[in-house]
Amino acid sequence: MTDDLAFLPAREIAECVRSRKTSAAEVAQAHLERIRKFDPKIKAFLSVRQNASPGAPTGPLAGVPVALKDNLCTLEEPTTCGSKILENYRAPYEATVVSRLRAAGATILGKTNLDEFAMGSSTENSGYFPTRNPWDLSRVPGGSSGGSAAAVAAGLATASLGSDTGGSIREPAALSGVVGFKPTYGRVSRHGLVALASSLDQIGPFARDVQDAALVMSVIGGHDPQDSTSLPGASPDYVGKLERDPKGLRIGLPREYFADGLDAEVRDLVMTAIRTLEKRGAKIVNVALPMTEHGIATYYVVLAAEASSNLARYDGVHYGHRTKAPAGLIEMMSKSRAEGFGPEVKRRILLGTFVLSSDRIDAYYHRAQKVRRLIARDFEKAFESCDVLMGPTSPTAAFKLGEKSADPLSLYLCDVYTVGANLAGLPGISVPCGFTKGGLPAGLQILGRPLDDLGVLQAGRAVERELGLLVQRPAL
Amino acid sequence: MDFDPAALRHIARLARLDLTDADLEAIRPRLQAIIEYVDQLKKLDVEGVPPLDNAVDLTNVRRPDDPRPGLPAEAALANAPAVAGPYFAVPRIIDAP
Repeated sequence: MTDDLAFLPAREIAECVRSRKTSAAEVAQAHLERIRKFDPKIKAFLSVRQNASPGAPTGPLAGVPVALKDNLCTLEEPTTCGSKILENYRAPYEATVVSRLRAAGATILGKTNLDEFAMGSSTENSGYFPTRNPWDLSRVPGGSSGGSAAAVAAGLATASLGSDTGGSIREPAALSGVVGFKPTYGRVSRHGLVALASSLDQIGPFARDVQDAALVMSVIGGHDPQDSTSLPGASPDYVGKLERDPKGLRIGLPREYFADGLDAEVRDLVMTAIRTLEKRGAKIVNVALPMTEHGIATYYVVLAAEASSNLARYDGVHYGHRTKAPAGLIEMMSKSRAEGFGPEVKRRILLGTFVLSSDRIDAYYHRAQKVRRLIARDFEKAFESCDVLMGPTSPTAAFKLGEKSADPLSLYLCDVYTVGANLAGLPGISVPCGFTKGGLPAGLQILGRPLDDLGVLQAGRAVERELGLLVQRPAL
Repeated sequence: MDFDPAALRHIARLARLDLTDADLEAIRPRLQAIIEYVDQLKKLDVEGVPPLDNAVDLTNVRRPDDPRPGLPAEAALANAPAVAGPYFAVPRIIDAP
């Protein structure tokens, strides 16, 4: 019974709970049991609500067990952002997305691991411990939302939330074999999301299929007066309009997304999925995104600049770690920050401070903002001849823990296909498209025009439906 | 751009990170490599290109200027490492007279 509940889709759990075939408490218990049994191996969770209060037996997510990336503010447990500097931080308010999940009947199971302050692509940079890939425990789940991806893949939660600043939902979804959706910038309220890079951050769902991802989007999306970057206007009907015939859909294949550096097995799996849609009447269009090669450089300048500014708030005064060493005010702040932040966070703060310093800001930050415009124009031009773009989410399947730790730049390059959507504000999804011979999942990425979140979800659903891949269960 | 130790020390001071010489020497080559990588942007012609600082076209978002409750002082102070009455406490900044 327990394992059956663990891999039921969210929509079926909600239906069973609403019709009283099962109770939210029973569903919660089944998942908490699996967390106790399997999470010691995977380490997806930073904190678990052992006495999770079951969601209401009404609402679109009635009794659906959900996990939250630990950079979303909650009242019941610490919100650490995977950082020692916030080890005991208790948020004084709850993120809007969390309130919306609860109002829809969801049961919150706990908070998931992440690279410290969401800086990373492997969840190895957590200040606490690395998370492991449920398909191969010697490999990373991707990151930075690796805990949220792994929890859903392993059947420890039915859905989860992550945040995507340069690929941090889509890349771990691909490496962990689940669906991960990054909405258009502004579609989902960020009130209560601890900021990394404010012009890039967006919250989105993980689920085991696109239908569930659309269901969660229908709950968390929509305008929020508490977030000034939240888009006004009504949300699309993500659930009701999800099924769409791929006949006539124009699929753009950016040539740069299939160039050197892409693993051959991943490429073949992605192309098989795309050819399946072509057989159902979709049209393949070759497009170019010539600025792709400058995406990572642009992203790291913008990200570091915004992160160094956002992370200035951790100064040992209002909250977070304060040094025990006796010191004056400036030394107190400088020592508290040096003690509390991990190495990758320090590197990015230093890089950000450098690119924003008065004698460098034109050469780096202002120049990167102009290149960002060129990148957005690339996408606009590509979308003149197609409706969606498709390609791989990540150049490779999951890599081994430690494989890329020595060279931050090699890790940054994992994000080559994903950063463009953040820089241009586009919606994007990663959908499972099969397994490598070594048994590792591969992800297909779909990008759409700004605000065409529904079109991206529809295309993702079409891939899922036409490929007919069944949800697999990792052997744990 | 060569990232010499003095330049890095200056940046660390601006960033309020109290790093030892050993820390800085460990960070320097990695940071140098990242900066050399992002220096590729200098080769691009961006003459006349307007900067893109935000992907949504929203400016001057306002809400009605109606009073509403804010965070109570106790909640705001609850996470503070040190408090003095209703205030955040910090090390002395000005010498006593």
